[in-house]
Amino acid sequence: MTNSAIDKKTLYAYLDEIKDPEVPVLSIIDLGIVRDIVMHDDEIEVIITPTYTGCPAMDMIAMNIRMMLATLGFKKQKVTTILSPAWTTDWMSEEGKRKLKEYGIAPPNPKQHVCNEKLFADAEAVQCPHCDSYHTHRISEFGSTACKALYQCDDCKEPFDYFKCH
Amino acid sequence: MNNDLINYTLHLADNSLILGQRNSEWCGHGPVLEQDIAITNISLDLIGQARNFYQYAALLRKDGSTEDSLAYLRTEREYKNCLLTEQPNGDWAQTILRQFFFSSYQYLLYQQLQTGEDKQLAAIAEKSLKEATYHLRWSSEWVIRLGDGTEESHDRMLKAADELWRYTGEMFIAADYEKKTGIDIAALKEPWQKRVKEIFNEATLPYPEKIFMQEGGKQGKHTEHLGYILSQLQYMQRAYPGCEW
Repeated sequence: MTNSAIDKKTLYAYLDEIKDPEVPVLSIIDLGIVRDIVMHDDEIEVIITPTYTGCPAMDMIAMNIRMMLATLGFKKQKVTTILSPAWTTDWMSEEGKRKLKEYGIAPPNPKQHVCNEKLFADAEAVQCPHCDSYHTHRISEFGSTACKALYQCDDCKEPFDYFKCH
Repeated sequence: MNNDLINYTLHLADNSLILGQRNSEWCGHGPVLEQDIAITNISLDLIGQARNFYQYAALLRKDGSTEDSLAYLRTEREYKNCLLTEQPNGDWAQTILRQFFFSSYQYLLYQQLQTGEDKQLAAIAEKSLKEATYHLRWSSEWVIRLGDGTEESHDRMLKAADELWRYTGEMFIAADYEKKTGIDIAALKEPWQKRVKEIFNEATLPYPEKIFMQEGGKQGKHTEHLGYILSQLQYMQRAYPGCEW
């Protein structure tokens, strides 16, 4: 049985309440993880795409989606993962980028920096989320989670995470 | 044909899992904190790729296997990873060089695979290529940093090359199950060598001489190291069958 009283737009609003467990200010809608919602005759299907292949948050996100759908009265629900087209930080909403910055994580630049193999490339000009200075430098290409790199601000001296382009 | 596809998918999965497992041994032991985090992040990416491949292989097998049973309950002879991926971490130079040799290979392979006939393998490759590119850049920079660094780091890179070179030939020799994949694995050898030459040149390291190449990993004939890796990786499922977190 499906809960036909709920339309897709409302469903998206509900899914917007599910947060990324590792970056709790971002919802799965902000991140662009939810690719589609399909209503079948007796089943509802939510199609998601992982951010990073090894992201341990994905299993938890899929479970939270199923629990949300069950709470809304959908008895038969399915969460399908698709890999192609591959997720990119370009799918992150503007609202998501604003929330990230407020949280103290520099949002991804629009440029697809990671996708080239050029060595010793100049680090991207990343804005410090604390004092807005562009006078920053990269400490490490890898950070506390798969999606982040580590930077430091040369003006306010604060180290900060940068949600790296992907 | 389906058997070939299953074996090929397992081969891709095993490569990623075993190298990921090896890299994870550095957790808490990296030379500096940032690089400890880097190598374990690479490990996480590789294990993530392995999960995708195992899930697909389990689906193809239709025999009730799962990603977990494929990783935890197959024996050495059933593992199809390249010998290079199972080699010990050694020092930082050896770990870096192993990663560089393998990432250069994986980068070329995934580029081909993402336009291949099998849609699911293509999707996994498309997704993983972004990460492989990151690994390639990071490991190339480290080969140069160490090779063209101090006398000590240069010597250690030479030793690492001595140790690992004999395991690189196998990657470009197609196993039976690789022959119908539509990917000409032997054709990747030239661009791979070209990259290694460029990076070695930059790193002031001599390009290794032609030597006898070991093979067999793709067919399940491994060096003595894989058994130790599996005994650690599979311990929980062997000691407590079916246990879950």
